[in-house]
Amino acid sequence: MLQKIYDWVDERLDITPMWRDVADHEVPEHVNPAHHFSAFVYCFGGLTFFVTVIQILSGMFLTMYYVPDIIHAYESVYFLQNEVTHGVIVRGMHHWGASLVIVMMFLHTLRVFFTGSYKKPRELNWVVGVLMFFVMLGLGFTGYLLPWDMKAYFATVVGLEIAESVPVVGGFAKALLAGGEIIGAQTLTRFFAIHVFFLPGALLGLLAAHFIMIRKQGISGPL
Amino acid sequence: MEEKKHKVSRRQFLSYCLMGVGGFMAAGMISPMVRFALDPALEAGGESDFVQVTTLDDLTEEPQRFDFQVEVEDAWYTSDQPRSAWIYREGDEIVALSPTCTHLGCTVNWEGHDDHPNQFYCPCHHGRFEKDGVNIAGTPPTRPLDVYEVEVRDGSVYLGRPMQR
Repeated sequence: MLQKIYDWVDERLDITPMWRDVADHEVPEHVNPAHHFSAFVYCFGGLTFFVTVIQILSGMFLTMYYVPDIIHAYESVYFLQNEVTHGVIVRGMHHWGASLVIVMMFLHTLRVFFTGSYKKPRELNWVVGVLMFFVMLGLGFTGYLLPWDMKAYFATVVGLEIAESVPVVGGFAKALLAGGEIIGAQTLTRFFAIHVFFLPGALLGLLAAHFIMIRKQGISGPL
Repeated sequence: MEEKKHKVSRRQFLSYCLMGVGGFMAAGMISPMVRFALDPALEAGGESDFVQVTTLDDLTEEPQRFDFQVEVEDAWYTSDQPRSAWIYREGDEIVALSPTCTHLGCTVNWEGHDDHPNQFYCPCHHGRFEKDGVNIAGTPPTRPLDVYEVEVRDGSVYLGRPMQR
């Protein structure tokens, strides 16, 4: 049945070469854990992406219940976690995944560093990777405020104080991030927008560039 | 044994294993999220409290409109919402009809049209109901008006939730 549907589409659109091009690529022996177990260090990039996919999915589902409003944000988080079936699992995935993605990304960075994979001709991919690192930190920072509890609020107060301490542009940066003088209603909506639209958009673009480059250049050689 | 004698080739077997394990992992990830999203459609509505609306003495044989407030719990937001009912006595029995037209949810009025005395009338599409709430054939509504659960305590009339007939 599935095969027939596939054949029907393939006959008309010739889709086989498209996914073949994505799926078929050489996995050199030195990055295959089946040959050398120590090659598992090459899995961290893929694991980072895997956790990122979980973050995007669980985040999409969380926005079905969450409201970025100072009166109701906390209540809506409480509701989705305690009243909605499996809410504690879905929020838990997003909560723990947020930390895990940073850990995986860090391990991936270490692997790239110690295998010297950032060297010519892969410097650009390192640069894109570092940009993604900052985007991820931004996602962590903006997401932390959203439950709008004491921890979230004061973490953001401190974070914005740090932004303010930057010479010359500090005051402007803080006002821009907080959406005014008060860390309140506008800060929350702003952080929500940045967290669910701006940074994920940037992240997906950078991820595409990251993957296209690695496919073009191939995995770096053995040590 | 030769490869050909197997009904399932090695490659097929391995790809089935991979698909099985992969599918299991994907399902483990996706199913809590899907149940999470389906929750409002699967959870039954809660019991409603009875609210005091009027006293027995105020009721007549003629339907009268009574407005009242009910506490509505909407996820994380609890508020008092206005409700109304058309209530009348029928001997010892008390009938409380929901004013919501069963066609498309407009609000009906008792004798709301001069041409149709002793009937509920809906201004949106000229839907009409008898005094007991039964829809009149040939008008848009397809079922009778909902009736509130009624309770009488110490001479006061309490209404619960509107029930479909």
